[in-house]
Amino acid sequence: MSPQAVPSPEPQLAAHSPEAGSARRRRSRIALSAAGRVGLALVVFWMIVALLGPWIVPHRPGAVVSSEVFAPMSLRFPLGTDFLGRDMLSRILIGARYTVGLALAAALAASLAGTVLGLLVAISGRWVEEVVSRILDAIICIPSKIFALVMVAAFGSSVPLLLLTAAISYTPGAFRIARSLAVNLSVTDYVQAARVRGERRLHVACIEMLPNMIHPMLADFGLRFMFIVLLLSGLSFLGLGVQPPAADLGSLIRENISGLGEGAPAVILPAIAIATLTIGVNLMIDALPGRGRPAERGGTA
Amino acid sequence: MSGSIPSLIAKRIAVAALTLLLVSMIVFSITSLLPGDAAQALLGQNATPAALAALRAQLGLDQPAIIRYLHWLGGLLTGHPGRSLSDGLPVGVLIGKRLPESLLLAGLTTAVSVPLALALGIVAAMYRGSWLDRALTITTLSMVAVPEFLVATAGVLIFAVELHWLSALTFVLDHPTLGQLLRGYTLPVVSLCFAVTAQMARMTRAAVIDQLNQPYAEMAALKGVGLSRRVLVHALPNAVGPIANAIALSLSYLLGGAIIVETIFDYPGVARLMVDAVSNRDMPVLQACAMIFSAGYLGLVLIADVCSILSNPKLRRS
Repeated sequence: MSPQAVPSPEPQLAAHSPEAGSARRRRSRIALSAAGRVGLALVVFWMIVALLGPWIVPHRPGAVVSSEVFAPMSLRFPLGTDFLGRDMLSRILIGARYTVGLALAAALAASLAGTVLGLLVAISGRWVEEVVSRILDAIICIPSKIFALVMVAAFGSSVPLLLLTAAISYTPGAFRIARSLAVNLSVTDYVQAARVRGERRLHVACIEMLPNMIHPMLADFGLRFMFIVLLLSGLSFLGLGVQPPAADLGSLIRENISGLGEGAPAVILPAIAIATLTIGVNLMIDALPGRGRPAERGGTA
Repeated sequence: MSGSIPSLIAKRIAVAALTLLLVSMIVFSITSLLPGDAAQALLGQNATPAALAALRAQLGLDQPAIIRYLHWLGGLLTGHPGRSLSDGLPVGVLIGKRLPESLLLAGLTTAVSVPLALALGIVAAMYRGSWLDRALTITTLSMVAVPEFLVATAGVLIFAVELHWLSALTFVLDHPTLGQLLRGYTLPVVSLCFAVTAQMARMTRAAVIDQLNQPYAEMAALKGVGLSRRVLVHALPNAVGPIANAIALSLSYLLGGAIIVETIFDYPGVARLMVDAVSNRDMPVLQACAMIFSAGYLGLVLIADVCSILSNPKLRRS
């Protein structure tokens, strides 16, 4: 390929950056772009909030502590109060814990199930592949919000149900990526060699193939986490997600929506919280080297 | 990868039909394998066992699940998917009233977002690394990550509550003027376009760049073919398949987004009907709506598949 005729497929940001391209290329495996660092910082911030939430809340999140509803930010209530006069800082700290915790658990379950099924299909016969793929293809056809509405209508909304619903809904996507990775790996020389050596199928799957799938599956896990955050907040916004008295970030927006007209922090701040969390995840994943974004299938290898 | 175009397309349609059948089994089993049944829900906790039994017989709930499934499936196929539990109207009538409204919303969104996304994506691919390209990347990443309800509520706050330019609720009029149409539909359509357009533009960009990196595009560049000709005449025809896929995938986002947007703007569409059915535990309506949305998704994917088959010159010989 002649470099001057066709623009090289380098990251676009590098082309225009004042720094020398070669220095950037050398560091690119460890150094994230500026946007990626912002994303990482946002994600780390929300993880810490989710972890420490219950120990740093200034008030009990359910306690009515002020006679003023939709109070603006003040020293006593740094993020104002909500529609009942509860402290917003405490409610957001605990709400973020629900959102992050639930979405993490569901994304983990979906990615694990997808990887296990993908490996299973790669090492078993045609029949297993047909059955598993057909069923998961059917699930992927039910849009995740529609699937969630059906599940909530049938079983009523509860935290375990939301977790299960999000996990089932996002397993097929993880499975598709895991399967394509596993299929590519199963024709490589070292996997063939392991087969010829007479290794058991479980050994081939877990020792030879799995370690090479972890990296792209992690990037996919991040995307799945983001979509689950969006799904769960959307459900809570409709009043079908996390039920009161508990509240995740989506429920906080729903509860306080009547403060929208006066621009109360109680409705704007949870919205900002969701947006910074999801945008942070997205920026971070996009900056990862060899990211496995489904939108750009050319990059998956 | 062999076979003529008609047989390939027929195969895709058969697979889609089989998948839809599986979807119907999944939807039916989730909604009917629960402990409390429709008769219990209709009559409440204090119903006498005799009344319950009578109603169950009337609704056909005393039959085994497989018979009920086949009965439901038959009704679905012939356009009579039962009656609503909350107001007794046939589900077909309820949905028939609302489907055109939802399709209108989806159609308007498509009409706005597809040309916009294609133009943005192609221009970004032509001027890779330019400010436009970088701005598009950052906006796309952010837009995809922002929930529809944030866009919609922020839009209502700014344009309806503060500025009074647009209507916060969408009223469906019989013969709306253009002004009324604009006032009522701008906010819902823009909210839906937000994520859809960004996603589509980014995937279009990736598809065009993928083609520009191929040896034939390089050859054209070496021959001295100009950039716009190289993109429009050489790369674009080969990117039709991936772009059709991008459009279909992005539009399938609409199906989920409609749920939120129709609820916020109190829009009388199918998605709103479905959310109401969840609150009322109106299973026949819910099942039918779920099937419509899933069929819509499958239809979009099928169209994308057929487009990429038709646009593949390797298959055109036979």
